[in-house]
Amino acid sequence: MKMFRLAATAAVVLLSLGAAQAQTTLRIGLAEDPDILDPTMARTYVGRIVFAAFCDKLFDIDEKLNIVPQLALSSETVDDGKGLVIKLRPGVKFHDGEPFDAEAAKFSLERHLTLPGSFRKPELASVDHIDVVDPLTIKLVLKSPFSPLLAQLTDRAGMMVSPKAAKEAGDKFGLHPVCAGPYKFVERVQQDRIVFEKFADYWNKDNVFIDKIVFQPIVDATVRLASLKSGSLDLIERVLATDLKDVRADSRLKVATAIELGYQGITLNIGKDKAKGPLSQSAKVRQALDLTIDREAINQVVFNGEFQPGNQWVNPDHPYYQKAFPIRPRNVEKAKALLKEAGVTPPINVDFLVPKGAETEAVAQVVQSMAAEAGFDLKIRVTEFATSLKQAEAGEYQAYMLAWSGRIDPDGNSYVFLHKDAPQNYSAWANADADKALDDARLTSDMAQRKAVYEKLAKLELDDEGILYIFHRRIIIAHTTKLEGYKQMPDGLVRVVGLKLK
Amino acid sequence: MLNFLARRLAQIVPTLFFVSVLIFSLQQLLPGDPALVMAGEERDPAVIEQIRHQYRLDQPVPVQYAYWIKGVLVGDFGESLRNKMPVRELIAQKLPVTLQLGAMAIIIAFLIGIPAGIVAAVKKGTAWDYGANFFALWGISTPNFWLGIMLIFLFSIELGWLPASGYVPLSEDWRASLAATIMPAFVLGNAIAAILMRHTRSAMLQVLESDYVRTARAKGLSERSVILKHAMRNALTPIITLGALELGTLLSGAVLTEQIFSIPGFGKLIVDAVFNRDYAVVQGVVLVTATVYITLNLIADIAYILVNPRLRG
Repeated sequence: MKMFRLAATAAVVLLSLGAAQAQTTLRIGLAEDPDILDPTMARTYVGRIVFAAFCDKLFDIDEKLNIVPQLALSSETVDDGKGLVIKLRPGVKFHDGEPFDAEAAKFSLERHLTLPGSFRKPELASVDHIDVVDPLTIKLVLKSPFSPLLAQLTDRAGMMVSPKAAKEAGDKFGLHPVCAGPYKFVERVQQDRIVFEKFADYWNKDNVFIDKIVFQPIVDATVRLASLKSGSLDLIERVLATDLKDVRADSRLKVATAIELGYQGITLNIGKDKAKGPLSQSAKVRQALDLTIDREAINQVVFNGEFQPGNQWVNPDHPYYQKAFPIRPRNVEKAKALLKEAGVTPPINVDFLVPKGAETEAVAQVVQSMAAEAGFDLKIRVTEFATSLKQAEAGEYQAYMLAWSGRIDPDGNSYVFLHKDAPQNYSAWANADADKALDDARLTSDMAQRKAVYEKLAKLELDDEGILYIFHRRIIIAHTTKLEGYKQMPDGLVRVVGLKLK
Repeated sequence: MLNFLARRLAQIVPTLFFVSVLIFSLQQLLPGDPALVMAGEERDPAVIEQIRHQYRLDQPVPVQYAYWIKGVLVGDFGESLRNKMPVRELIAQKLPVTLQLGAMAIIIAFLIGIPAGIVAAVKKGTAWDYGANFFALWGISTPNFWLGIMLIFLFSIELGWLPASGYVPLSEDWRASLAATIMPAFVLGNAIAAILMRHTRSAMLQVLESDYVRTARAKGLSERSVILKHAMRNALTPIITLGALELGTLLSGAVLTEQIFSIPGFGKLIVDAVFNRDYAVVQGVVLVTATVYITLNLIADIAYILVNPRLRG
C-alpha cells in the first residue's frame, strides 16, 4: 500500500512537472476589472478585450477597418436594404459541444433583442425579426434600412452564445459564459483574475498556439508597467503616453499602437444652459473658443506628442474623415474679432465641468490658459465621473470634457451625440438638416454616398460647434519580446489567435 | 463577567441596526445615478429605465431598505449590479484575502514595533532611543502608496525577487502566497509598527519607574528578567488591545495598498463598488466590516478583563 501511494505521488509529481513545462500561459494586465461576461449585458470597453479571447462574433474587422467574416462566411444586403442575408461557417462548435448553426445564431440575436436588461437592444433596434433560411443561413429582416448594422455585428451584438447554456443560466450566464471562441472560460475571481484555456474544438484551432490566458486587472498604470517589466505579466493595455519613452528604451519590451476609434472633446451646452451664458447663445462665441485652442500644443505638452490632434468625430486617418474641413489653426486675434462681432465683452465666464483624472484635468488646464488669452474665463470644476454624467444630463454645465471610446461605424460616433433628442446629445443641439444627414447616412451602405452625406453634417457641426473635438488617443499596448505575432487593431482589443509565446 | 458579556452582546444588535440605516441613507446622498453608471457608454433611456425597475431603484428609499434588510436577515445580501455575483459570495472571496494580509501586517507590526519600543524605553536617551523614534516618525509619515511603489521598484524590477502584483491564495501555494503578500503586509505593518513602538515605549517607561520593578531589581534579579518577565508583561496589555483595533482598521483601511499591489481584498472591493455605484456591494461590505470591527472590539474588551482582574467587578 505504501509503495503504491509513493508511486502514485511520484507519477502525479512527474505529470504535473511535464505539464508545467509544456503549458504556455499568456498573462494580460487590464486597466480595470471587467463587468459581467455576458455579451448581451456587458457594457465596458475592458470587458470587450476579454470577450475577444473567448467569444467569436459573426464578423470582425481588419487593420484597415474592413469588415471581414468570422463565424459568418458572407453577407448580402437584399430587399432594398431591408434584409441582410448571412451565410454561416459550417462545423463550428460552442465550448459545451453544442453545434453552431442557423438556429443558434437566431437564438443569440433574439436573446440580444429580448433579454430584460439587454444593452444590445438599441444596437439591434433596426431588426424586426430573424428568419432561418436553411441550417447555415439566416436572414435579418429590418424595419427600415440601417447600414451600420453589419458593423454592430463585429462587436458584442454579433457574439454567439450556446443556446443550451444560455437557456439554463438565464441572466446568470455571465458567471459561466459559453461561446464559440478560441478559449473557453475556466474561472473568475472578482478583481483578481479571469482564466481561460484553449478550446480543443475551435474552428480555427490550427492558429491557436497558447494553452492558457489569464487576465489580471491592475488599476495603477505604474504598477501595471512594473509587473510587465518584472515578468509577472506578458502584455498590458493602456500604457501611459508619458511612459512610452521608457518602454521603447527597454530591449525586452515591444510596443504596439493604433489611433483610437473614439475621440476626446469638449461638449458645449447649447440648448440646456439655464444661465443662458454667451457660449450657449452664439455660435460665434463657440467658434471663438475653438480658435483659441492649439491642439498640437496640447498633444505636445500633455502627451509628449504621442496622440493625434483632431477636429471631427473620427480621426484624420479614418476613411470617413472629411479632408475638406481640416483643423483650424489657433488664431487668437480672429477669436477676439468673433467675440466682438457677437457683441460679447470679456471676461466670458464659463462653468467647465471636468471629470476627475490626471490626464483629463491636465488637458482642461491647458485649454483654460489658451482660452484665457482671448478673454474666456473657464472655471474648471473637477467632478467625479458618475456625478459629472448626471449633471451633464441635467444640463448643469456650460462646457464638459467628455470622451467617447468609439465605434467601428461612424454612425456610432455621431448619431447618439448629435441627433436631436438622442440619448447622449448632452449639448441639446438641434438642427433639422443635421438630423436629416444623420438619418440619410443610415439608409445607404455605399461608402462614397455616405461620406457625401456626412460631409454636410461635418459642415453644420463645425459651424455650430456643439462638440469641440480636440484629439484622439493612441491605443498603447506593451508586451514582452517573448510574445510573437501581435498586431494592434484600431478598436484597441487584444486578438489572441495567431499569438505565440517563445 | 457574564453580566458584562450579556450587556455588551445586547448592545451589538442596536448598533448594527443603526449602522445598516446609516449605510443605506448615506449612500442615497452620493450624487450620480447607479443605473446611469451601470449603463456605461450604452445610455439608452429604455434600458436605463429597465435597470431602475429591476433593481427597485424607482421605489422609495424606505421600501428599498425593507427589501434589503429582509434579505440580510436570512443571509442574502443581494447581488452586484455590475456583475450579477451574489454579494455574499464576493465577500466570502475577499474576506480571507484581507484577513491574511491583515494578520501578516499585524505580525510584522508586533515583530518590529514592540522590540523597538522596549529597546527605546530601556535605553532611553541613547542613540538607540533616537533611532527608534526616527523610525517611528518615518513609519507614520511615509505614504503607503509611495513606499509600495518603491518596494516594487526595488524587489520586483531591480532585484526580481518578488512578484510586483497579484495574489495567490494560501491554500493554492503557500510560498507564492507569502511572496505575493509580504510587500503589502510590510507596507501596512510598517505604519502600525511605528504607532505600536511609540505606545510600547511610553508604557514601558511608566512601568520601569514603578515600585514593583524597583523591588524586583532590589531582589537582585537580572536586568533581563526584570524587563522581560516583570515590566513587559504589564506594559503590553494595552498594546494588545491597540493591536486588535488596528487589525479592525486594516479590514477597510488597506484600500490604497491593495490598489497598488492589486490585492483583491475588501478595500478594493468597496472602493470599486462606490465608484460603480454598486449599492448592494457597498451595503454588504460595510455591514460585514462593521460587524467584524464590533466583534474585535468585544474580544479586546474580554481580553482586557481577563488580564486585569480589577475590571471584573
